[in-house]
This record gives sequence, structure tokens and C-alpha cells, in this order.
Amino acid sequence: MMKPAYVRLAVRGLAASFLCLAVAAHAQLSIEITGAGANRLPVAIADFSGERIVSQALTAVVRNDLDHSGQFRLVNAGTEPMAETAPVNYPDWKSRGADALATGSVSTAADGRYETRFRLYDVQKQVALGGQAYVASAGQLRATAHRISDYIYEKLTGEPGIFSTRIAYVVKSTGRYELQIADADGENAQTALASREPIISPTWSPDGTRLAYVSFEAKKPIVYVHSLATGRRHVAANFKGSNSAPAWSPDGKKLAVVLSKDGGSQLYLVNADGSGILRLASSAGIDTEPRFSPDGQWIYFTSDRGGSPQIYRIPASGGGAERVTFEGNYNVTPRLSPDGKSMAFIARNDGRFQVALMDLATKQTQILTDSSKDESPSFAPNGRMIIYATEIGGRGVLATVSSDGRVKQKLSVQAADVREPAWGYFVK
Amino acid sequence: MLKSFFVAAASLILAACSSQPPAPEQAGAGVESRTPSAVKVETPQVKPVAQEPIDLTSMAALRDPRSILSKRSVFFDYDQFSIKDEFKPLLDAHARFLVANPKMKMLIQGNADERGSREYNLALGQKRADAVKKMLLLLGAREEQLEAVSLGEEKPRNPGHDEAAWAENRRDDMLYTGEY
Repeated sequence: MMKPAYVRLAVRGLAASFLCLAVAAHAQLSIEITGAGANRLPVAIADFSGERIVSQALTAVVRNDLDHSGQFRLVNAGTEPMAETAPVNYPDWKSRGADALATGSVSTAADGRYETRFRLYDVQKQVALGGQAYVASAGQLRATAHRISDYIYEKLTGEPGIFSTRIAYVVKSTGRYELQIADADGENAQTALASREPIISPTWSPDGTRLAYVSFEAKKPIVYVHSLATGRRHVAANFKGSNSAPAWSPDGKKLAVVLSKDGGSQLYLVNADGSGILRLASSAGIDTEPRFSPDGQWIYFTSDRGGSPQIYRIPASGGGAERVTFEGNYNVTPRLSPDGKSMAFIARNDGRFQVALMDLATKQTQILTDSSKDESPSFAPNGRMIIYATEIGGRGVLATVSSDGRVKQKLSVQAADVREPAWGYFVK
Repeated sequence: MLKSFFVAAASLILAACSSQPPAPEQAGAGVESRTPSAVKVETPQVKPVAQEPIDLTSMAALRDPRSILSKRSVFFDYDQFSIKDEFKPLLDAHARFLVANPKMKMLIQGNADERGSREYNLALGQKRADAVKKMLLLLGAREEQLEAVSLGEEKPRNPGHDEAAWAENRRDDMLYTGEY
């Protein structure tokens, strides 16, 4: 049941990948919930015994994670700490309205680090659902809390949690652009790249170690691949004309990019190291915003070949284009869900740009937001949430919406514009 | 000896001028006196400067505010990529400059207004930059001299959010070697 050795390695790996990122303390993302799910599972997270000896309250982070997911309603667990070894009074917790309960403990290990143990209970069935133990230094306790949240989320919903994942986004303040990476809860923001010129279209490599993006630092758009652990980067596409819209192949070896080197904005495939350029498609108009389907079979993209911007797809191995969107005269920015069954995109309705979701089997489309300047949707790796950029009060903010449109949150940075969000993959 | 010839010729011309009947507007006004007074000494000096022709193939002409070559922007209508007639003399002058200065290169930066997707707007800006490039090629500039790129909606000249701002931002800018 418990694999402390494995977990220890994983937490250390996560910390190492942050080494080369500068801390962006002044640009903290703050989260505000603006909607909630209809059927939220009532869950109680007791204070862990001994957690008051550590600087950060573990359980506060866990409660915050579960609350923000929109899937849970937190039941007041009182102020009495409860160790994972303590007996559970099921009728008492049932009377408090909790369907599930987590208890745990934090103690100091021999090497000075902290050992956190916890257990999850099903109050209705009166059984323990399992537990975990983690050893982590003080600086890794937030990561430990997110792993506990992931465990609870998966046990109770049957789907993996996304609390240990990260998001990349661009913050624009006066004359300065920063490519930042933060935990999924908006905490722990680090700057991977700061520039006086714009940065757009960051996108995660499937292994979560690199970001591809477009930077204008050379007075024209050039595609870079940036390794987060080392801070080193290389040019992936810098041809005559514009180079933009990078999209990773599911195996992480290639990038679909948009180049204008042969005239117009057209789709090409290039190895992630910048070698081996290959043209993917030809059209008389604009082809841009390519995205691979998760199975690697298709490339979805935006094209104005039919007169207005619409979403099309072509086989990744080449072949004829097939139109995907038909309603309205502006449908752009296709993003496939992790299971490949649905597609988020931006649709213009009466002059408002909104996040829409299409069931690819039935072509049924639902508008998920009620804002009017939405851009750049990006799925959480469990497919439950979509993060996107929008504007509130003239300022760029990030927002999330659950894929059923019910749960909404807003993430903003004080006195700056935030845009171009990209939700990272699960960290293995 | 030559000098005296010119003086003689000049006095002949002056004599010819003064023999012509005065124009009606000049009657009684006494504007142009042939006997210069101290006050009017500077008047004839202004004219030669104003009439000095600008060499539209010189480097100086790129910066001279009186030169058409100092104008570097081409504006577009909403969702349009064709060069409007009013900008054709401008592109004609820049094409002549490029032909006369084959070592000079030009970066054409296309721009789009802020509405909609950033990457799609980048492609719209590219269409506009390509349109100017195509016209300059037709007018004689060479492929090696020109690079058309897009800044999309990322570098608005006017940061506003209304039609006036958007119109200013649907634009190509032409930059020469050393300016970018």
C-alpha cells in the first residue's frame, strides 16, 4: 500500500526541475471561484496530528485543492487533529454530513525531513479506502499536499487529480513579458523567460520537461524549445518570414509549426531539435494553430480556405483536409481533450469570442462561457477543466471552466495582464 | 572675362523682366522692389532651399521628413489585405529606392487588430506583409532584399479598444537595414 521510496524520488525530481527558474514573487496568481458543481461530494479533512510543527499547513492546501476542483464540498472537521492511526467514529462523521474523511500525521524523520502519513475513509461504508506516506523537506510540503489531494480525488471520483500538475502562461506588465510556470493552484510561480518583446503560444512537451513557444525578441516570430530543468533553449524554427504556432506530436519528437517561408501561413512538421523540415499541407489561404489528436492520427488546425476561419483536420501522415466546424463564421484555436473525444475551441457569437466544446462523434456543440474576449483554451490533463485567457475590466486574466460548463474560476495577477495559458501534463 | 559676361547677361534678363507690364495684383502694392533694402535681404535665400530636389535614392531621403520615403506605413481595411490606391505612390517610391540601392534590405512587419485569436491574427498580419512584399517585387525590388514577417496583434501602435485604434493597428511597417 505504501511506497515511500518511490514517492521520495518523485518529489525530489519535481524540485530539481525548478532549480533553474527564477522565483516570480511579485506576480502571484490569485484564484476566485465564480461557480460550482451541482453535486458536490461532502468530504472532511481533519487537521493532521503534528502538522503544526511544520511551517505550512498541509491540510489547508488539501482543502483548498478539493474545494477549487468544484467536485467536493468541505465539511467542517473541527480543530482537533486526528492521526491516521486514530479510530474513526463513523456515526459521528455521518451526522456531521461527511461522506468521506481523511486523517493523518506529520513527524520529523531521522534526517530532519518530514514524514507525512494519511488515510482516507468512506464514512457511508465505514471502511478505509487506503493511504500513503511521503518523506519531503520543508520546501516540498506543498507538493506533498497536492499529492494527497490527487490521491483523494482519484479514490473518490475514479479519475486522476490534477493538483500536482503545472500551468504555463505569459504575464505582461509595462514593457515586459514573462513566461511563467506555476502550480495548478496558482502558487509557486517561477519565471522561465523574461523579455522586452512579446512571447506567445507556449505549449508543453508531452513529458513535461520542455516548453515550445514563439518569441518576438528578434523583431520577428521565431519558435524556441526551452528545457525547464536546465534553462537552456534552442531555435526549433527560424526561417525567412514568420515562424509560429508550435504543437508537439504525442511522442514528443516532432513539432507541427506554421511557417511563411514559401508564402502565406502554412503547416510544416519539424523535428524538435529543428532539423528535418517537411511540408504538411498546401492551401491558398491561411493554415494555422495546428494540434495533434492525442492518438497522433490527426492534425486539427484553423484555416480560412473556405472564406471564413474554420477548423479542419488532416491525417498526420498527409492527405486531404476535412472540415470540422460549420456553424458561425469564426471558429478558431482547436484543442483536443486528452481522451480525444471532444474539442475545445473559440467561437465568435454576435461579436463575442467564447470557449465552445464540440463532441466530435455527434458534432454537438456547447458554449461553455458567458464572457466575450476568450482565447487560448487548454485542457487539464484529466479532461475535467479547461483553462483559457479572457478579459475582465480591461485586464487579461486566466479563467477555468469545467468541461460541463458548471464550475468557473478566475486567476489574476495584480497590475498585470495574464494570457496564453497552457496546462501541463501529468508528472510521472 | 566670363564673369563680366554673366553680369551682362543678368542685366539683360533683368531689363527684359522690367519691361514686361506689371501684373494687376502688383499694382500699387510695391511688393517686389528691385533695389534691395536691408529688410528684404533674406527673402531670396528661402527659395533655393525649398526647391532643392530630394534625391529619392539617397540614404538621407529615408529620414528626411519631406521625403515620401520617410513614410513607412500602409494601412488596411477590416479583414482586407489588398493595397489601397492611396498607398501605391508610397510603395512605388520605396521600390525605386530598393532598385537604386541593391544592398539595402527591408523588413516588412504586418500587424492585425486585437480581436480574436493571437495566432490567427499573426497569420492575418502575414497576409498584409506578403501583400506589400508582392507589390514591391512587381515594382522591381529583388526577393533577397525583402523579408515579410508578422507581429500579429502583439505590437499595437494604438493601445485603444475602438475602431479608430483598430484601424491604426491594421498596418504594415517597412523597416530598412539598420532600423531593426
